[in-house]
Amino acid sequence: MQVVINGEPREIADGVTITALLTTLGIDLRRVAVELNEQVVPKARHPETALAPNDRLEIVTFVGGG
Amino acid sequence: MHHDKPFTIAGHTFTSRLIIGTGKYPSHEVMKACHEASGAEMVTVAVRRLDLKAPKEQSLLSFIDTTRFKLLPNTAGCYNADDAVRTCHLAAELGLSTWVKLEVLGDEKTLFPDVEETVKAARRLVKDGFVVLPYTSDDVIIAKKLEDAGCAVVMPLAAPIGSGLGVRNPHNIRLILEAVKVPVIVDAGVGTASDAAIAMELGCDGILMNTAIAGAREPVRMARAMKLAVEAGRDAFLAGRIPMKAYASASSPMHGLVHQ
Repeated sequence: MQVVINGEPREIADGVTITALLTTLGIDLRRVAVELNEQVVPKARHPETALAPNDRLEIVTFVGGG
Repeated sequence: MHHDKPFTIAGHTFTSRLIIGTGKYPSHEVMKACHEASGAEMVTVAVRRLDLKAPKEQSLLSFIDTTRFKLLPNTAGCYNADDAVRTCHLAAELGLSTWVKLEVLGDEKTLFPDVEETVKAARRLVKDGFVVLPYTSDDVIIAKKLEDAGCAVVMPLAAPIGSGLGVRNPHNIRLILEAVKVPVIVDAGVGTASDAAIAMELGCDGILMNTAIAGAREPVRMARAMKLAVEAGRDAFLAGRIPMKAYASASSPMHGLVHQ
């Protein structure tokens, strides 16, 4: 199925959870926050949150700024 | 000598009145050294999409000891209240803190704040339980509105962000200092140490800066200069400057001269 991650369309397996997706992408789960269709998904809910076709995900982190 | 009143924001007391950024340094190592040299206890950070092509790239946070430095995530790059509020919720999830530097910009050329959207976002964020530190213009009416909205401080600019033009609006900053009860932090415009001292001599409670340190030829030395300037400016404010006079007033006695 197709989802949009950080503005880019991507093919991922059906029914994948946020935790599984982050692990597949090689992302350190501790240093990111995730938004699903413009709603923040708290870390504790990543393992149980399954993605659906056309979901829009934002995976963000802290960077330098003023 | 009287002790200074503590610099307290939303019940959290800071020893240093300097808040500095984490952007535009030549390297993470230089940034870390600047944080040390500045004596600051709070540093701003930005929230951005993770680079999915390099997810393992060294994280900014591995260069910030968060047990010593409080993180202040900003909403830089947001041009309306909705985007700013959304960014704050992501920041809270990332940093496990409700403190945010609210920054809603109106224009790319000046990076002046869109104060209408800033006030709107501030009201929503306060309702959502955030401790809001808003970047704003030097307009006393807007500063009052932000205070009334429940912001923990107000942070007027001294000059455009990154311009290094110094304190261009001392009169307006003074009016804000008179009008609000919350701490006033000059955010943006400082170019060198004397600018920081001037802002503190006006009676500002603190200063937030990034480019003036990160962009200096020797950032670590400038970080130290800023620490000293903020302390010197604060002391000068507390000590009370002498009135300005049109003519000279001798410092040495006029009697007992050998030729008298």
